[in-house]
Amino acid sequence: MTYPTTLTINGVKRTIALDDPRVTLLDLLRERLDLTGTKKGCDRGQCGACTVLVNGRRINSCLALAISLDGADVLTIEGVAKGDELHPVQEAFIACDGLQCGYCTPGQIMSAIGLIAEGQVGDDPERVREGMSGNLCRCGAYKGITEAVLTAQEALAAAGRKEVA
Amino acid sequence: MKPFDYVRPTSVREAVAAAAQPGAAYLAAGTNLLDLMKGNVSQPTRLVDITHLSGLDSVEDLPGGGVRIGALVRNADLANDAGFARRFPAVAEALLSGASGQLRNAATVGGNIMQRTRCAYFYDPASACNKRAPGSGCAARAVENRHHAILGWSEACIATHPSDFCVPLVALDAVVETEGPAGRREVPLETFHHLPDETPDDESVLVPGEIIVAVRLPAEAERFAAHARYLKVRDRTSYAFAIVSAAAALRVEAGVVQEARLALGGVALRPWRAREAEQVLHGERAEEALFRRAAEVALADARPAGDNGFKVELARRVVSRALAAAAAGTPARMPALPASPFAVVSGVSAHG
Repeated sequence: MTYPTTLTINGVKRTIALDDPRVTLLDLLRERLDLTGTKKGCDRGQCGACTVLVNGRRINSCLALAISLDGADVLTIEGVAKGDELHPVQEAFIACDGLQCGYCTPGQIMSAIGLIAEGQVGDDPERVREGMSGNLCRCGAYKGITEAVLTAQEALAAAGRKEVA
Repeated sequence: MKPFDYVRPTSVREAVAAAAQPGAAYLAAGTNLLDLMKGNVSQPTRLVDITHLSGLDSVEDLPGGGVRIGALVRNADLANDAGFARRFPAVAEALLSGASGQLRNAATVGGNIMQRTRCAYFYDPASACNKRAPGSGCAARAVENRHHAILGWSEACIATHPSDFCVPLVALDAVVETEGPAGRREVPLETFHHLPDETPDDESVLVPGEIIVAVRLPAEAERFAAHARYLKVRDRTSYAFAIVSAAAALRVEAGVVQEARLALGGVALRPWRAREAEQVLHGERAEEALFRRAAEVALADARPAGDNGFKVELARRVVSRALAAAAAGTPARMPALPASPFAVVSGVSAHG
């Protein structure tokens, strides 16, 4: 038995014939769609490396069954840049040294994009740290990550002001 | 993960029929269930996916006060609903102190109530656990039990219920609305979860197929909005389960407690309402000595289940401090570190 599952992934609508309902969104992305930017860290919802946006909200893709998300819109790290132009959050992670080995970085960036969209943290670094606590970084780049989130948030707000004006 | 049949019902009635079969489990966000299935702790043969059902994801104000929260409302949506957070600030604070941003975006109200204990031996199929494998014993009694229960535990099981959300809910007399093979019914949250006794595998009042459809807070729960806090002590400041937590809600007039609500988390296999301690507070001046007295009463029956004797005094201090924080007043803005003992002064970093 196959389970037809429709997902819009990075703007492209795809219907996937799942042969097994056990496939998580993470495994679907990595193992079946060759979107390996999303990382598997703990596979148990504890590290945040697998963070993607589903319908605009950041979630752990390791703890979501792909079949259950039928009809959803998924954004992964592969879908955030516009061609060669990096997303402001990607720019900020580079500018602020928000990474060392880079393994957690796709999850950090997707989580940061989600956090900024949630609009709850303002310019308070403490709220940024609290809001990013679902993403672990074994290299300990937390200081740079916090700065990157605040920098990107400001850049996005400035771009938004420009667009409105 | 063991194979299972996947069923996606189109109505609650259909869901109940599908889930009443032996081996079936409901799937909402799956943030706890999939974790358990990956570890072969839970091995459902059928998953009944309720996430596509309509009508279970709204927060409705009730005529005459109070609120009805659909079972599929996501934790983050409830906590960030400004109207809800203003009326039930301790509930919002508890939600925001739990898990991570990603998990709160997915996890549901019904799933939060139904989540399983985080006892490490329950999670480890190689260990004895009367909850997972009835009759096999309780490995936690003899080994690492620092986080385990101090109230309501039995020789068969010393696990705790891990929810933050349920703690202020039980303090505020929340009611769980369910639908099962025998129709709809309502159960006070206070008696929804079973204490372990001799049958720790029997976790709640739900019968096979019965599903949570909503949680209701009564109009009276709104009276405490000006003096309601949740306080949670954990091994790290964020993204950790409570070692001990407390929800305190007061109605204070001219420095005197008119009415008090108190519940504890992380201490028992259910969110623990401390009714006798509430009585101690009624009609007395809101001051530290009173809060300490109430805390003594709240923990009067507490006893360590092993190496967790420290939790008894910790719980007294958490209760006393939660009451003091509630008496001081609900902060105008959610603290940067919700429910954290390090978050007393808004805007000042606890991290240096």
